Parts: sequence; structure tokens; C-alpha cells
Amino acid sequence: MSRKILEVRGLSRIHGKGCPLCTQHTGPEFDTNICPFCGSVVAAHDINFDLYRGEILGIIGESGSGKSSTVKMLYFDDAPTFGQATFFDGAEQHDLFSLNAAQQRSMRNKRFGMVYQNPHMGLNFQISAGGNIAERLLMSDLKHYAEIRRRAGELLSRTEVSLARIDQNPKTFSGGMQQRVQIAKALATRPPLLFLDEVTTGLDLSVQAAILDLILEIQNELDTAMIVVTHDLGVIRLLAGRTLVMKHGRVIESGLTDQILEDPQHAYTQRLVASAL
Amino acid sequence: MTQAILTIEDHAKTFHLHERNKDIPSASGVNLSVYPGRLTALIGPTGAGKSSVLKGIYRTYLPSSGRILYRSKAGNVIDLAKAGEHQILELRKQEIGFVTQFLYCLPRKSAIDVVAEPLFARGVDSHEARGRAEKLLAQLAVPSHLWNVPPATFSGGEKQRVNLARGLIAQPRLLLLDEPTASLDPATTERVVEHIQSLKETGIAMLAIFHHPDLVRRLADEVVELSPPIAVTELSKD
Repeated sequence: MSRKILEVRGLSRIHGKGCPLCTQHTGPEFDTNICPFCGSVVAAHDINFDLYRGEILGIIGESGSGKSSTVKMLYFDDAPTFGQATFFDGAEQHDLFSLNAAQQRSMRNKRFGMVYQNPHMGLNFQISAGGNIAERLLMSDLKHYAEIRRRAGELLSRTEVSLARIDQNPKTFSGGMQQRVQIAKALATRPPLLFLDEVTTGLDLSVQAAILDLILEIQNELDTAMIVVTHDLGVIRLLAGRTLVMKHGRVIESGLTDQILEDPQHAYTQRLVASAL
Repeated sequence: MTQAILTIEDHAKTFHLHERNKDIPSASGVNLSVYPGRLTALIGPTGAGKSSVLKGIYRTYLPSSGRILYRSKAGNVIDLAKAGEHQILELRKQEIGFVTQFLYCLPRKSAIDVVAEPLFARGVDSHEARGRAEKLLAQLAVPSHLWNVPPATFSGGEKQRVNLARGLIAQPRLLLLDEPTASLDPATTERVVEHIQSLKETGIAMLAIFHHPDLVRRLADEVVELSPPIAVTELSKD
């Protein structure tokens, strides 16, 4: 069996009507991702990478570089303008962008997980923390109330959320705890592929460290492949084995994370690393 | 002598700094070999490119030219200068270890778990992995009351020993050591020396940088002298 879990080729997203010149007149060398001819935004263009089972890939870049756009397409939050992504799931192989809506939903609910920067996007604030996890468990194969509650409890304790709070609404939780509930929810179906979009941004440093630690522990335990989107070099240093550097919708450099940090090749990456605190 | 596990041919590394439009050579014309059960020491003044060579082998630096031929456990010869990223990651996990001068680790992890991590990554049972970590920490004289504490608050020498233990625990086939005794007191240095000697007996190949000429004399089987900016000569002790 190949160790590859995801293969992304030529993935692109252009917001706007687009024109034949869009991709030729945007990018790092033009210092913009807005097409000067038609005004379309080239959010991501020609993204290529392979992800292996259990591997953590970092995507780093400033706001508007296209890192979240890339992940959104893979999680079906947005549709690509062109490009392909193949998901290798055991013996099966899925061309992600050829799936119909129902198949995409099933993929999101059972095989993928997503943790957003903003807990409002990943959690339902109308229901309890336990209910949020139950919602996702119901979408997999668990049907019995007692079993679902037991699993939800297990997931919350694994992510270090006090069981006493299982029936409370996550809107009463601290930011760090909301992220833990999101992680518990994303992991409910034990997905082999997890997306993490700026999950520690805006949290206190000590809380950040604990969340990063938790993510690594989970990766170790479950061998979950992850794509970690962040603008924080410290996060990729601790989490990711390999890293893509994005700017103006393009991958300008990719490599082993320690190499990106200690021997960056591209002018932008050199500036980015040099300006890190 | 047995077949070399690592052979470097005409390796060079130059950094290109875009901001200043400058090329900075950090190593050039490096030729050396490392053998199972033997230690090759890199010597030379600061700036001669000693660390640069180690980082080039580990691919923390992208080599600029030359070949870095590694003979893997499976018997294949791999040019580390050109190998794919996933292949490098796999070799780091299974075969090539690097003890750097700095310890990067998560703030919450205990010293034991920091040391045991390379074993966790290989899928070793966590109980066994922690047991081996404890044994190694004891051998390197890290006080036992520190084992369950995150190393962030440790002294320089204690951190260094945790770092060393972490590099040694998985018993890689090829071990790169960048001044492993730099901030250690004489007694602890002595323990590390003994440990390195015992590693040689198990057949591990080592390429090392030592601060002290005395350690080179005691531990090195081969000595390679690098000199800035480019000239390189290979000396033999035998």
C-alpha cells in the first residue's frame, strides 16, 4: 500500500470572472494576487503537494497568501476553479472534486476533520459541548444514546475538557477550551485526515502550547495526517515535518521544516524567517 | 577497514542572501568518510563549516554541490543531497540521528517524554520507551527528580544531556554530534565519553564536532580538518 493519503495537483481558485491573463500577471513577482486586467482575485494557483499517512504538513504565509483557501477547497468549503485532489483511503481512491454533494458530505463527516480558527465555524453554539460531539458521532455509525454519550465523554477527557462541562454550552467556555471541543468533535469519527486552520491564533501562549502538545499527542496515537495552516513559524517548527510557504496565492517554496527555517531559499521566506521574534 | 556508511564527495554549501544580493560560502571542497563502529571528527576553526557539513547531511541545509552518499540499512546508496523529503524524513526516523546544540521541545512535555519521543515515533510501546529513557537519563547523570519536569527550566548542561539522550536513544546507524559536551562539567563529560565509546562497540557510525582537542584525541578514529574559506585536508590518525 502506498503511504500517500492525499495528492493535490494544479489546484487553483480564482474569485471573480477571471480572464486568460489572471494567472500570468499575479503572484509574488507582481506583488499582488489581483489581476490588473479583470480585477479577479487569484486566491490560490497551481498548488501541488503530496501528503503521507500520519504526516503533518505546514502551510505558512501572511494573510491573503492563499493558505486557508487551499484548505477550504480540500474540505469542500469552497470549490476550486481548476485542479485535482486524490484522496487515498485504504484500498479506495477518490477524486475529491468529482464527488457529488452527498458524497462530499459523507467524506467531510466521516473521513476528514476540520478545526477552524474561529470556534463559531466549527461548533454549534445552540447546543452543549457533548451535543456537538454527538452530532458528529451520529453522522458516523453510532446510534445508541448511551454509547454516543460515553464516546463524547471519552473525547472530551482526551482533549482535557472537564467532564462536568459536557452538558454546558460551549459559548460559556474559554477560547482555549472551545478549541479543545472543536478538536474533540473533529476527532469523533477518527478521521485519517485533519485540517487545522490557525487553531492557536489569538490564544494565550500557555494555552497555545497546551493545544499544540495535544495535537502532537493525537497525531502520535491515531497516526492522523494533518495539514496545519498558520502564520506562526513557531507552530510549524513544533508540529510540521514539511512546510509549504505561500505568498500571493502561490507556493513559493517547500521543503523540510527545519530547512525552511534555517536555510530558506526564496527572498520572501528569508525575510519572513529573519523577522520572526 | 569495513565499507563506509557515509561518503561525502566534494560537498559545498553557499548561502545566497537575497536581501543583500550576496553569496556566503560556508563550506567547500569537503571530502570524508564515516565507518560503522568508528568516529570521524571534524576539526577546524570557527567558520570553517563544521556544523554546516552536519546540517547538510541531515538536510537542514540544502547542499549546494557535491554528493553525500549514505549506505542505508537496506543496502541502497542514497545521495542525501538529492533525496526526496519523505525519504529524508524516514531516514531521520529510522537511521540517522542528530544531536544539535539546542533543544527544541514542547513546553508541557516531561524530560522523559522528550527523550523517549524518537521511540514513540517508531511505534515502540510507551512503557518500554519511557523505561529506556529513564535508563539513559540516569546514565547521563540527569537527577531523577527532574525526569518528570519539562526541560524548559533546566540549566544549560541539563538541557544538553536531555538533548543528547534524545539523540542517542533510538540508536541510529549514523549519528551526527555537534559539540555534545559543550556545556558539561568534567565529570559529566567523562560519562558522555564513556557512552560514545560504548556506542562505537555497538557498531554505530559517528561524525562529530568536539570543542576540546583532548576529546578528539580520545574518541576519533578519523580526523578531518576543515579550514575557512575553502581549503580542506584530510588527516589520518593511524
